[in-house]
Amino acid sequence: MYQKKASISKGIDWVMIALYALIGVIGLLCIFSVEYRANDNVVQNLLGFKKNYSKQLFYFGACCLLAIFILLTDSKLFTATANLSYLVGIVLILATFVVGKEIKGSKSWIPLGFMNLQPVELCKIFTALAVAKYLSMPEMDFRRPQSQLIAAAIAFAPAVLSVLQGETGLALVYFAFLIPMYREGLPPGYLVGGIAISILLVISLLFHTKTLLIAFTALAVVLIYYFRRRIKRNSRLLLMIACCWAFCSGFVGVGVPFMFKHVFKKYQADRIFSMVGVDNPFTNETTADLNNSEEAKSKQRKNEQQNYNVKQSKIAIGSGGFFGKGFLKGTQTQGDFVPEQHTDFIFTSVGENFGFWGSALLMFLYLGLLLRIIKIAERQRSTFSRVYAYSVAGIVFFHVAVNICVTIGLAPVIGITLPLMSYGGSSLLTFTVLLFILIKLDADRQMVLR
Amino acid sequence: MLVFIGMFLVIIIQLANLQLFSSKYRIQADDQGTFRKVIYPDRGIVYDRKGKAILQNTTIYDLMVIPGKIKGTDTTALCNILNIDTAEFKKRIVNAIVKNKSFRPSVFEALLSNEKMAKFQENMFKFAPGYYLQERSIRDYPFDAGGNILGYLGEVDSNVLKNPKYEGYLIGDYIGKVGLEKSYEKVLMGQRGIELWKRDNKNRLTERIENGKYDTIAIAGQNMHSSIDIELQALGEKLMENKLGSIVAIDPKTGGILAMVSSPTFKPKLLTGAERKKHIAELLLNPALPLLNRSVGASYSPGSTFKTLQALVALHEGVINTHFTVSCSGAFYGCGGGNPMKCLDRGTFDLRGAITVSDNTYFATVMQRVINNPKYPNVDSSLAAWDRYMYAFGLGHKLGVDVPSEKRGTIPTPAYFNNPKVYGPGKWGYCNFRSVSIGQGEVDVTPIQVANEMAYIANKGWYKIPHLIDSIEGGDKYDMLSKFKEKNSTIDIPDSVFEVVHDGMQNVVDRGTGGAAKVAGITICGKTGTVENYYRGVKQPNHAFFCGFAPRENPKIAIMCVVENSGRFGGTYAAPIVGLMIEKYLKDSITDERRLAKIEQLSKLNLIPPRIFRELNRQDSLMHSKDSAYLIEKGYIHVIKDTIGLDDQDEEDALDKIKKDKETNKQPKKDSSNTNLKDKQQAILPEEKKKGGIRDSLKEHQ
Repeated sequence: MYQKKASISKGIDWVMIALYALIGVIGLLCIFSVEYRANDNVVQNLLGFKKNYSKQLFYFGACCLLAIFILLTDSKLFTATANLSYLVGIVLILATFVVGKEIKGSKSWIPLGFMNLQPVELCKIFTALAVAKYLSMPEMDFRRPQSQLIAAAIAFAPAVLSVLQGETGLALVYFAFLIPMYREGLPPGYLVGGIAISILLVISLLFHTKTLLIAFTALAVVLIYYFRRRIKRNSRLLLMIACCWAFCSGFVGVGVPFMFKHVFKKYQADRIFSMVGVDNPFTNETTADLNNSEEAKSKQRKNEQQNYNVKQSKIAIGSGGFFGKGFLKGTQTQGDFVPEQHTDFIFTSVGENFGFWGSALLMFLYLGLLLRIIKIAERQRSTFSRVYAYSVAGIVFFHVAVNICVTIGLAPVIGITLPLMSYGGSSLLTFTVLLFILIKLDADRQMVLR
Repeated sequence: MLVFIGMFLVIIIQLANLQLFSSKYRIQADDQGTFRKVIYPDRGIVYDRKGKAILQNTTIYDLMVIPGKIKGTDTTALCNILNIDTAEFKKRIVNAIVKNKSFRPSVFEALLSNEKMAKFQENMFKFAPGYYLQERSIRDYPFDAGGNILGYLGEVDSNVLKNPKYEGYLIGDYIGKVGLEKSYEKVLMGQRGIELWKRDNKNRLTERIENGKYDTIAIAGQNMHSSIDIELQALGEKLMENKLGSIVAIDPKTGGILAMVSSPTFKPKLLTGAERKKHIAELLLNPALPLLNRSVGASYSPGSTFKTLQALVALHEGVINTHFTVSCSGAFYGCGGGNPMKCLDRGTFDLRGAITVSDNTYFATVMQRVINNPKYPNVDSSLAAWDRYMYAFGLGHKLGVDVPSEKRGTIPTPAYFNNPKVYGPGKWGYCNFRSVSIGQGEVDVTPIQVANEMAYIANKGWYKIPHLIDSIEGGDKYDMLSKFKEKNSTIDIPDSVFEVVHDGMQNVVDRGTGGAAKVAGITICGKTGTVENYYRGVKQPNHAFFCGFAPRENPKIAIMCVVENSGRFGGTYAAPIVGLMIEKYLKDSITDERRLAKIEQLSKLNLIPPRIFRELNRQDSLMHSKDSAYLIEKGYIHVIKDTIGLDDQDEEDALDKIKKDKETNKQPKKDSSNTNLKDKQQAILPEEKKKGGIRDSLKEHQ
């Protein structure tokens, strides 16, 4: 306690703060480049708070103040209030069912007058703390399925509520908590299985079911032939191959069609299919029905509209070339071609204005941030801090990876922000708090926390 | 950690794929994000020989509308100025929105007339910002004369777009359609500039890319100096009013064309500006063919004007000398008694006298000697020799004048007569085409060829290709003018021969058939011609010809005039016109009261053949009944009114209509007898030409 009073800056990881500030400033410049037009009066706009970049600058300033406050608090506060804040978060999410405001199709916002608050966004912080708290309990044994279930429940409860509100994008982020759990001893089988199923899902979308069934059968036969000597010695291998074959075939032949017809909403299915570049074959309308050509046309138009975002985003990024068009010189950015460019598609302005080297540099900054967080995580002495750090890493990674994959056409359109860059107070606030709690915990890593 | 790095690698690979290895996104981005705005330079100006601008540019305005901004403007006032009703107003606004969306400007009314423009300028503040006026540069003709030679602009058509010669023209561009505008298109057009603009997602142009660093600047078209004397041209057009025909005047020393009148002509101002479509439809439908440049595009039998050339040939070939005489007892019997060729003045004439009185028998005899010249083994070679003279005089081929659609005329060749469908080898002789000797039959010339042949005679043995453009400001980049600087002289005829012909021609004006061309104080050499002609097998009133040059001692003007179907002798109508033209050019102005009165008198004289009026009437009633029938059928009108305008007729529509009429009525409107080439013989005959046709034409000259 005595040492801490000497200086709040003691033990603070300046590399992290530098990366935070750098990415934040790049984000501000990008928002500026999206909105700036020739002959705008910049000073007037900055003071007038009418443009997004001036608002974002204000948020950024507020977040810096908040960051200093966090650094001034006692790190014991976070462990102490972890469960309580989680509870508050859940209550807030539940409150949106009553007082929620609908923005862009999801009723997950609470209007606060000066800004709209999205509890699911904030709840990431609380969930990270709560998961860290649970996993750091001394009597915890994470190998027990019971513990795994409780941890999963803590992590995914906000996600489930969020899906119920129609906000699927943010809900997906909660998968990020698998990363700290994996670090804490979750069997790798979960991850491997998850990845295998997602690969299977993608190829089942890309290829025709019959083709896949034939391919699987052929693969199974080849495998059996290849391992024929070993199978003679050990007949369980044959059973394993057979099981795999049966699972894959069943998944592709029955599981996927069932999901697309009954689980996903139509727009979600369409988005997923548009991402992989095929028409949705699981729609109720039969394409052969030519009498209803009007309907077919309107359907086509709708599809085109959904593809429009990704297409424009790819055009903007792709047209940047190696060196980019230069700051404020991007024709696509200046021409408002990319919808939602200041929020979810902010990366396109980097891609267009600064080209490949700029985009790659930004990717390295994010990668640097992640690796720094992991380095910090590994030097923690308390489980709480370590789990929390991994949670932060997971959340940041998930946001960055999904957001950028969307903009470059590798993932279906999922509305999540690019950390520290996208316009929006909620997002900036969340990541500031997430990171600075981590920095604070790290600064106090010599203290034994529980 | 590996998962993180792996994921980032995937992202970087996809980034490289998008940004480094696929060019399609860059192309798409340029397509949608930038706009190449074409900047049209001002077209070149054309000056006449005295430095007056005769073809220049002026500004006219389009009324533009941005439908999204018109709320609150006074629509009634606008409709009043434009003279439209609210239904039409709504229609145009809806059209504009459909075409260009409500936030982009569209043309509300193109090419405002001066009157509407004046009203708008006073009231424009009422209509801003939804409406505004946009400048547009159009062609202007300060003297409103010379429509046929200066030409006009029109939108490029699909033929031009397909033609590799006109690469770079886009739909909607304007291009020279006829006259100098067409033949000097490259020079006048200049070089178009490109401005690169940024364009936003609503297709609005926002700003210049890099402040115009990569733009190309538009280069204005080159100005040209013409040899035309615009006042002389205007006088010629005035004299030819109410007549069909042509006047061509050439400066024999330079070959520069001083005036080139084709009548009926059109006021070129009609074909620029607001009413263009209406006027062009009218002009296209007019049976008198005002859009045809008769000076180069119509061919006539030369008649007696041809005799001067025969004199040159005969003297140079040595088949006659200047003292050779022929007696005319009433007709030429050199080919036997059947169908003799009459002469007008009985008596005995030498060469000078024969030219003066235009004696048919004399020249029939002379040409017989040329064709049956023992120097040549057969008629094939003697006719070929004769042809060489004709080509040297500029006949039978295109001269290469710098206005488009020049005809080459016809000179009879051995190959033509040897065609089995005409006579066949060895089956023809002089008597088969003896009427050629007096400029009838198988010979055709264009007015410009006649004027050029006068220049040849005036220069005593050479001519320069007639042309309208003397020089181009900034240099002749496309080498279009050098051919006009060369003297053409393939046959060396001694001056003494020309002197004899000049004597004869001077006598024509002084005391012969061309007395009406006389101008006090100027020695004029001339020759009359009276040309019989047939239209669709029916004899029409004669064409009046007069050609000549002046002054004899130092020729400064070579001129010809033809008045179609005037029904009288060449001396009656064509000669006084030529006289006035020469006086105007050489004395610079006509001040004498009687001469001025003569101009008015000639100008008012109506010699347009009645069949043109008949055709006009027929056409009007045809169109009237057609349009009315359509309108009644559609229920737009209930009673046939007396007048129906052509306002909404497009140029193309009008052309279609002409074609349709031709098909349905089998009565072509193109009926000016000598302009319809189908009824004429050509040197190399299309197969369908029948022997009978030729026989017919022989009968034409008894």
